[in-house]
Amino acid sequence: MPDLNTLGLPKPAAKTRVVVAMSGGVDSSVTAGILAQAGYDVVGFTMQLYDHGAATSSSKSCCAGQDIYDAKRVADTLKIPHYVLDYESTFQKDVIEKFADSYVAGETPIPCVMCNQTVKFRDLLKAARDIGGDCLATGHYVQRVLGQGGAELHRAIDPDRDQSYFLFATTKTQLDYLRFPLGGMRKPEARAVARTLGIAVADKPDSQDICFVPTGSYTDLVKKLRPEAMQNGDFVHVDGRVLGQHKGVINYTVGQRRGLGLGGEVEPLYVVRIDAATRRVIVGTKDDVLRDAFKLTGVNWLGAGDGLPADGLRAHVKLRNTQTPIAATVLPGDAPGAANVVLDSPAEAVTPGQACVFYDGERVLGGGWIARDDAKAFVPHNMRKEKVAVTAN
Amino acid sequence: MTRAPSVYLDYNATGPVCADAKVAMSAAFDLPGNPSSIHAAGRAARSIIEDAREAVAQLVGAKPADVIFTGGGTEANALALRGIARAMGCKATLCSSVEHSSVIANMTDIDSFLPVDGNGLLDMAVLEQRLKELPAPVLVSVMLANNETGVIQPVADIARLVHAAKGYIHCDTIQAPGRLAFSLSGLGVDALSLSAHKFGGPKGVGALVLKNAMRVTPLFEGGGQEKSRRSGTENVIGIAGMGAAAKAAPKLLAQAAQIEKLRDGIEARIVQSVPGAVIHGRAVARLGNTICVSVAGVPSQTQVIQLDLAGVCVSTGSACSSGKVSLSHVLKAMHVPDEQTAAAIRVSLGPETTEAEASIFLAAYLPIVQG
Repeated sequence: MPDLNTLGLPKPAAKTRVVVAMSGGVDSSVTAGILAQAGYDVVGFTMQLYDHGAATSSSKSCCAGQDIYDAKRVADTLKIPHYVLDYESTFQKDVIEKFADSYVAGETPIPCVMCNQTVKFRDLLKAARDIGGDCLATGHYVQRVLGQGGAELHRAIDPDRDQSYFLFATTKTQLDYLRFPLGGMRKPEARAVARTLGIAVADKPDSQDICFVPTGSYTDLVKKLRPEAMQNGDFVHVDGRVLGQHKGVINYTVGQRRGLGLGGEVEPLYVVRIDAATRRVIVGTKDDVLRDAFKLTGVNWLGAGDGLPADGLRAHVKLRNTQTPIAATVLPGDAPGAANVVLDSPAEAVTPGQACVFYDGERVLGGGWIARDDAKAFVPHNMRKEKVAVTAN
Repeated sequence: MTRAPSVYLDYNATGPVCADAKVAMSAAFDLPGNPSSIHAAGRAARSIIEDAREAVAQLVGAKPADVIFTGGGTEANALALRGIARAMGCKATLCSSVEHSSVIANMTDIDSFLPVDGNGLLDMAVLEQRLKELPAPVLVSVMLANNETGVIQPVADIARLVHAAKGYIHCDTIQAPGRLAFSLSGLGVDALSLSAHKFGGPKGVGALVLKNAMRVTPLFEGGGQEKSRRSGTENVIGIAGMGAAAKAAPKLLAQAAQIEKLRDGIEARIVQSVPGAVIHGRAVARLGNTICVSVAGVPSQTQVIQLDLAGVCVSTGSACSSGKVSLSHVLKAMHVPDEQTAAAIRVSLGPETTEAEASIFLAAYLPIVQG
């Protein structure tokens, strides 16, 4: 048996075909550069996800935005073959439409996770396999660690860069095929490597916005796709009072305080819940926003065994990417892919559409989507008589 | 990572500059003059252009005065469709639905596109009907040979219909020189477009050739070069190359039968080895160098990438400049089922293609589509 190469595959680097998902940004460029320099048979893939001309509302163009050109230039510099794969229709269906639907339903979606789940780790990964790739490498800041039960997903070394929250939905099979060479690196190191390799994008700023709304106004996009989401509705206080009119449910997110335009209350008001069906935005005080129990759907399990332990998982969970993990118990739900989370202490802004990701220290054990409240079952934390009983192990 | 040397089988996209064109262009590099200047240096440059003009005219059986050099085939098509329509007062413009995007982009109306049959041949009955309905004169554009399938249209018959209806006809003959014998008068068209790099000349130079008495309104104004039909200092080096390639085109034509034999051999192997393989336009007259083949189930781009990684250059038909692969509008117009359209590749041979290269292609291609 030959030695394992640096990607954990049993053959020499030159015989190992690594497909690198290249976005045209620094991180994926460095990923390709490091692997090319290490002698791997690197092939660059860039996904064409939307018509850049149309997205920036200039005239419709056949072709790509600056990022695709940047990716091509980087591939030229690295002397690796590079291809642009057209995923416009599937991106529209699986990401943009679902993004809009999610807002319309009163949620706050994370399109990057939807993209990773569908276009990137389903379609691009298949294309990588189809062309004889031994693995697919990306520029994500996460670590893939080989444990006793196979590949494990761990946080990046650099806590400021860690992207594990956005990768919770990666399945075990996908993880097996994926590689994240930057997970053990810090961002300044990556930029330094870019300069050493002569990569033109070394000083390109990190992308901030949602890629398909380059103007930064997601509401304009949702307005175009789902005009009904812009209809006015009532701001209703948790105590039942109608406080005024809002400008459409898509403009609000659970936990939001600013921009509500509601004065005259003693305490500042927060969005507690969005009831898209009745177009009501329910507001309340900070205490009303606190939650300690909620449901998940679409749970992905990355720990030992086939799914969440039947008697519950004690873990730390993140409900937003930037949040410090909170101790919690996660119990399997009654439907496939469902789970119930009970936090040890209540948290603000448990936002439907966002992810709840389970951590055991540095390791990601999985996660799921925070489900919308069932309107009838909804009781603000401070009005509930008893806490949900939890079996902790 | 070193890769296998390339086998180039994408001649319908472009090909290498031929030896004669290289020589002519190298000579032109040393000339300082502007062809519009009155001094000796200017006259020397002018002479190169006029020699080339005669060669291009001869290639298509036209008069030198009716050859307008352009910045390539796209410009020639645009000049024809916009320029003739304006100058001759055309009331409508029609084209086949399998035209190159540089023709399609100049259509102003969704109703401009004429259907084709399953082999890609123009529906003459619909053309006749449209000509009857529309006010004369109508400008019709139909290509001689399709860039994706190689299918050859009955242009002379189409021209007769158009002229009977007092219309004008332009023909995109860009894929034809060196592959097919044709002439302006033989086709009976009023204008035809050429692109140098499709027959051994350099990229970035082309020509619009007019029938005597056809007028065109220029696309833009300037110094009035090319008899005020295409302003801008002439691309002397490029035009020198185009002229030399035009002179050498009969040599290419002499090789066409041999290329066709090689092509037929490749197709026979594919059909014999892959039961589901479909070769588009095979039932009708086609360019002898072109194979457009689908094997449903394997996406075009996967095939092209795998072949490229194996050192073989083929294409998916029309790719946009980002390299993104779209479904072929040509195959769609031919009512090819989507699963085949999504799995089509174009293999196009050239005068330099060898049997050894054909074998390398087959050795790489067959396993990809055999699964």
